[in-house]
Amino acid sequence: MTIIRDLTNGIWKENPIFRLVLGICSVLAVTSQAKNGIGMGLAATFVLVCSNMVIAAMRNIIPAKVRIACFIVIIATFVTVVDLIMEAYFFELHKALGIFIPLIVVNCIILGRAEAFASKRPILNSMMDGIGMGIGYTLALLVLGSIRELLGNGSVFGVVLLGPRYVPFLLAILPPGAFIALGLLLGLMNKINTKLAL
Amino acid sequence: MEKMILLIISTVLVNNFVLAQFLGICPFLGVSRKIETSIGMGMAVIFVMGLATAITWLVQVLILNRFNIQYMQTIAFILVIAALVQFVEMVIQKTSPLLYQALGIYLPLITTNCAVLGVAVLTIQNEFTFMESLVYSVGAAVGFTLALVLFAGIREKLALADLPESLEGTAISLVTAGLLSLAFLGFAGLVK
Repeated sequence: MTIIRDLTNGIWKENPIFRLVLGICSVLAVTSQAKNGIGMGLAATFVLVCSNMVIAAMRNIIPAKVRIACFIVIIATFVTVVDLIMEAYFFELHKALGIFIPLIVVNCIILGRAEAFASKRPILNSMMDGIGMGIGYTLALLVLGSIRELLGNGSVFGVVLLGPRYVPFLLAILPPGAFIALGLLLGLMNKINTKLAL
Repeated sequence: MEKMILLIISTVLVNNFVLAQFLGICPFLGVSRKIETSIGMGMAVIFVMGLATAITWLVQVLILNRFNIQYMQTIAFILVIAALVQFVEMVIQKTSPLLYQALGIYLPLITTNCAVLGVAVLTIQNEFTFMESLVYSVGAAVGFTLALVLFAGIREKLALADLPESLEGTAISLVTAGLLSLAFLGFAGLVK
């Protein structure tokens, strides 16, 4: 049953964005639209799952002293794979995400999971952890992206929801909106968590 | 010359790396509790970012472009940056213990600073010359430092404020950063 727990851990209890607040550069940057948020989330999930599995498989071979360098090379390899695949098949999305695809390498979540989880556990558990963390990350991007797109553009996934009379709140899709929206969301999450704990 | 000055203004103020381009948020939130530490971090970033960009630019032109292996960019750059940070740390430790005491603890943190890799990749994407890359990277680091020090100043005051419990910590920091970013939005249009 630990496998199930490893999977669900990342979705709520240790959600990388809302609970651990890791790797939020890309979260803030790409969530001006829900669609970009999902794209970024899936790309990072792919890297997270693959690198977690490879690192778990090689955990007994990698010498402890140079482990961080090894992790980074493994992660960078999968980031390059994602980068090239997206450029070939999802060109528009690739252009919209821009520099934040290569920057998945330095996303603290991925290195953090490699160090804290995958380097100590079997392959299957690490895969589940990667999937769970990936889902948690993608969900966070989806929520933030939907809120910002709805407020700033009156639509979600490009579908107009608020009608022609809605005056777009432009700030939400500008940089300050990203900070403020995530800050308020974090506050809301804290509130919910203290309510649940009582 | 005029182009260089415009480049500096645009990277420091208009396209501020932290507040407008969302690069280097982790250290921005992590090391901004005190003005003193944020200045230390800023100095370390200026130094490493300038050096890293110079080296990655040379790696790109002399190795990746020449052998036509541009797809190795991400791997090559992150290795160069990680090795460089380690190397700088060792050199400073040996040659200047005083400087090491001031900057030492910040250096390992810089490897995880996505702004360093971000600048390296952006200079290649923008097809800058060597000098432009250097100016751009130092400008970016100065912009980072400016945002960091301003933010630390606000946070020192914020620590004394009476806040709703659920907003304490990162939540209110992000909202504050948003307001700071809003202020920097005022610089838009300064440089075309």
